[in-house]
Amino acid sequence: MLIKNHDDIRSSEITPENLYYSRREFMRAASVAGIGLATEALFPHRLVGQERWPRGKEGLYDTDEEVNTFKEITTYNNFYEFGTDKSDPSEYSGDFKPRPWTVKVDGAVRKPAVYHLEDLVKPFKLEDRIYRMRCVEGWSMVIPWRGFPLADLIRKVEPTSKAKFIAFETVYRPAEMPGQRRSVLQWPYVEGLRMDEAIHPLTLLVVGLYGKELLNQNGAPIRLVVPWKYGFKGIKSIVKISFVEQQPPTSWNIYAPNEYGFYSNVNPEVDHPRWSQKTERRIGEFFKRKTLMFNGYADQVAHLYAGMDLRKYF
Amino acid sequence: MTQAQWIQRVVKPVAFLSALVPLGLLLWRGLNGELSANPISDITNETGTWTLRFLMITLAVTPLRRITGWSGIARFRRMSGLFAFFYGSLHFMTYLYLDQFFDINSILHDIPKRPFITVGFTAFVLMIPLAATSMDRIAKWMGGKRWRRLHRLVYATAIAGVIHYLWLVKADTRPPLTYAAILAVLLGYRIWVYVRPRLAQLRLPARKEAEPA
Repeated sequence: MLIKNHDDIRSSEITPENLYYSRREFMRAASVAGIGLATEALFPHRLVGQERWPRGKEGLYDTDEEVNTFKEITTYNNFYEFGTDKSDPSEYSGDFKPRPWTVKVDGAVRKPAVYHLEDLVKPFKLEDRIYRMRCVEGWSMVIPWRGFPLADLIRKVEPTSKAKFIAFETVYRPAEMPGQRRSVLQWPYVEGLRMDEAIHPLTLLVVGLYGKELLNQNGAPIRLVVPWKYGFKGIKSIVKISFVEQQPPTSWNIYAPNEYGFYSNVNPEVDHPRWSQKTERRIGEFFKRKTLMFNGYADQVAHLYAGMDLRKYF
Repeated sequence: MTQAQWIQRVVKPVAFLSALVPLGLLLWRGLNGELSANPISDITNETGTWTLRFLMITLAVTPLRRITGWSGIARFRRMSGLFAFFYGSLHFMTYLYLDQFFDINSILHDIPKRPFITVGFTAFVLMIPLAATSMDRIAKWMGGKRWRRLHRLVYATAIAGVIHYLWLVKADTRPPLTYAAILAVLLGYRIWVYVRPRLAQLRLPARKEAEPA
């Protein structure tokens, strides 16, 4: 699909020009009134020479929302293998060695293999995708990932009819990953997708962001990105991809089955048992915004769950 | 200068200014771009943490006074308690304004529905009568016994505050459990002080009975 399909953005979502400008007027007035000043005081890094993603050539799946800065994306992370604070992954991932790296592909496939990372990535065309990322904790970012559709790899390894799910596994290296020395979660981290979710064109295997190779704190050297699901489904530093018949176990579900489901689709109508999922704070913004069904990707993915009780299969 | 004057004129102002340092640091970090990419979350966490810390300090005053015999320390109990209320108020205001944007409907919906918000809100509300009756004149007017009884609410505030912290973390329960352990020691000491003389009394008549008549 090279030509942008007009179904992807409903016309109701496009702000009329006059409203757009009156919003700008309002924002200008509001900033004089103080909100803007407070925002500038709280987010000074957004103003002074922070790297921003150049806009202008958005593709089919790209959001046109403002992209978060490189600094925001690389210093505010959940990656418990390096510690549970948001700053831990950027502070304590210095010892992690993402090269050399191999990924094992096994299970119900005709061509199982152990790939060197370079060989795994080489056959595929890398593209930049600007996705929303919604964390289950109630914050979100807009991130320009670089990667290729997981579907490309799936096609290449030729799954058999027994492959109903894909299970992923993160590397286990407590010597390089200080968070793994404590059993906050059960290590190694594992995740999974149903096959139709895995082959969906939005689902990416990511090797970079902001046009550069992934940094350790973002899941180097290769990670999963599933933009309509909560961020923790995007398993990082993948060493194993298994094609399986049964629904595989997933780390957060093992930790708290009543709080984190296998699907974990972004859904403002189904609250986390302890907090609301109706709103989210976009990193860099002052006030919260409404969370969208399937993180705004409902037009593309809602059909995958047609007829399913999303309260039961949360 | 007598010791009382020294405490009044030097130590207390220093303690007061020190208690403002966490707020000052937060502002300084904010203005210098040293908070994380989610500064509102940082403000919420810092003010909440310092509320708990000042509650623990407040609850440590009486045991320290009893154990060390240094009665001067009691002069800092009210200040510390009021700073717990101060940071608790900042924490609550952050929630009202930055989290809920003063949306009364949303807040009324949120407080009873989210257990961690319910206990946190309870902890805050229970501090209000304590802060309001903190002045000497009011304590005198109430009478020592009634005042002390009312101010035992601080135990409930501290317990609710720690539960609030425990219920909001996603997986790493180590920090809230640390506070729980400290609180257990501080409250355990009080239980021990209360129970020990009564146990001794229980033992005493038993020994008498054992004596030959």
